[in-house]
Amino acid sequence: MFRTVAELVEMAEKDNIQISEVMIRQEMDVKNRTREEVFADMEKNLEVMEKAIEDSLKGVQSVTGLTGGDAVKIQSYMKEKTPLSGHLMLDAVSKAMGTNEVNAAMGTICATPTAGSAGVVPGTLFAVKNQLNPTREQMIRYLFTSGAFGFVVANNAFISGAAGGCQAEVGSAGAMASAAIVEMAGGTPQQSAEAFAITLKNMLGLVCDPVAGLVEVPCVKRNAAGSSLAIVSADLALANVTSRIPCDEVIGAMYRIGKQMPSSLRETGEGGLADTPTGRLLKEKIFGLTV
Amino acid sequence: MKYNSVFDIIGPVMIGPSSSHTAGAARIGLAARNLFGKEPTWARIHLYGSFAKTYKGHGTDFALAGGLLGFKPDDPRMSKALDVAEERGLKVEFIEDSAKTEHPNTARLIIGKDEESMELVGISIGGGKVEVTELNGFELRLSGNHPAILIMHNDRFGAIASVTKILAKHEINIGHMEVNRKDVGKEALMVIEVDQNVEDDILKELENADHIIRISKIVS
Repeated sequence: MFRTVAELVEMAEKDNIQISEVMIRQEMDVKNRTREEVFADMEKNLEVMEKAIEDSLKGVQSVTGLTGGDAVKIQSYMKEKTPLSGHLMLDAVSKAMGTNEVNAAMGTICATPTAGSAGVVPGTLFAVKNQLNPTREQMIRYLFTSGAFGFVVANNAFISGAAGGCQAEVGSAGAMASAAIVEMAGGTPQQSAEAFAITLKNMLGLVCDPVAGLVEVPCVKRNAAGSSLAIVSADLALANVTSRIPCDEVIGAMYRIGKQMPSSLRETGEGGLADTPTGRLLKEKIFGLTV
Repeated sequence: MKYNSVFDIIGPVMIGPSSSHTAGAARIGLAARNLFGKEPTWARIHLYGSFAKTYKGHGTDFALAGGLLGFKPDDPRMSKALDVAEERGLKVEFIEDSAKTEHPNTARLIIGKDEESMELVGISIGGGKVEVTELNGFELRLSGNHPAILIMHNDRFGAIASVTKILAKHEINIGHMEVNRKDVGKEALMVIEVDQNVEDDILKELENADHIIRISKIVS
């Protein structure tokens, strides 16, 4: 079983296989299951992701009214104008935000690695897909590659906002996605690791400060940050840009920063944006109405 | 390692909005129901840390109730679980507890029916994964993601051997095992995580072994 990104990359290089294949073999081994079973389960997750994106493009609204409808706005903007950040980038952003709008509206999603960050991996996948034209199998492999990197983070640091702040959630999700994009685009396992490190470095220190304690503001828009950064980092890695700080050390830094974060900035809804005049007012309005 | 499957990271499929606070909470409730062995008629639930601060916004309350009703995290009835609980005669009370706990997402569930009650502490460690850390005053570490049997027994010579002998006979492999007791010679708890679900006839056999008081199981 791999414990670090260095081990994961080494295993892939030694057998001359992709990161996704290392993850698939480990899952078969640890759970004593066949390749077909493992693939079938992951395909179910892929179907849930696809459905959530479809739902979001019809327009959804959360119970509180704080979030919803932005994915639709972005898609119409893309049809009418030429987006400055490029079509693929904005497509990823809208699908990532859309997935999280569905989550906030208590729809069905697949946690990747968490619900609050569930838009990043599928959002990038279903945008990059239009340019790279992957097979269905490659799309499923995208999720195994994301999972392999997330697995290392979860076992060496944390993936929940309550434990380590938003860097642990959207930070991990964005980094996982960038590693998977690299593999799908034909990059090497080491390039995946570089992309992962670059994304996570740029997410370090990000706090978890949800308004009224809800997975809405700023979570939905942070999925935009995670997905766009994932694509940029993947491009950097594919251009052979490397991270000066090795991937595992970046994960270690994320862990120590999370440990130093006060609890007010770890999903308690007490600090940061939650503790702004408007944040407090929204909380009063929402819970004043529903309780 | 805390996580051993890719599906801990990519998954679970769940009803939003929060993997720790909704999916994880539902799994804690479900673990409590499975260990209790039936649907409780009342539940007093203490919430700590981030659970206490944000449970209303995250639906931690309906998710815990949903778990107690036997709902999995992707059950579409989840957001209506508190209504369903009322219909089925399960009275749930939530207490925001300011006591400090080691983990930010901690819940203590005291549940019961008729004369019987059970107390359990569960933590939600991220991405929907949970651990049961305390049961009726015994400390333990149980993920709820693997099938497991919990055996309350008297702390006597041979109690453990008689259990493992039966498991060996039926070719049931033990993945993780721990034994806790409150005091020498008093009640003790064996927690055994196994690779496959344990059939009821094997449980019967275990129940009849020496020094065994009570057995409950978790089906994964």
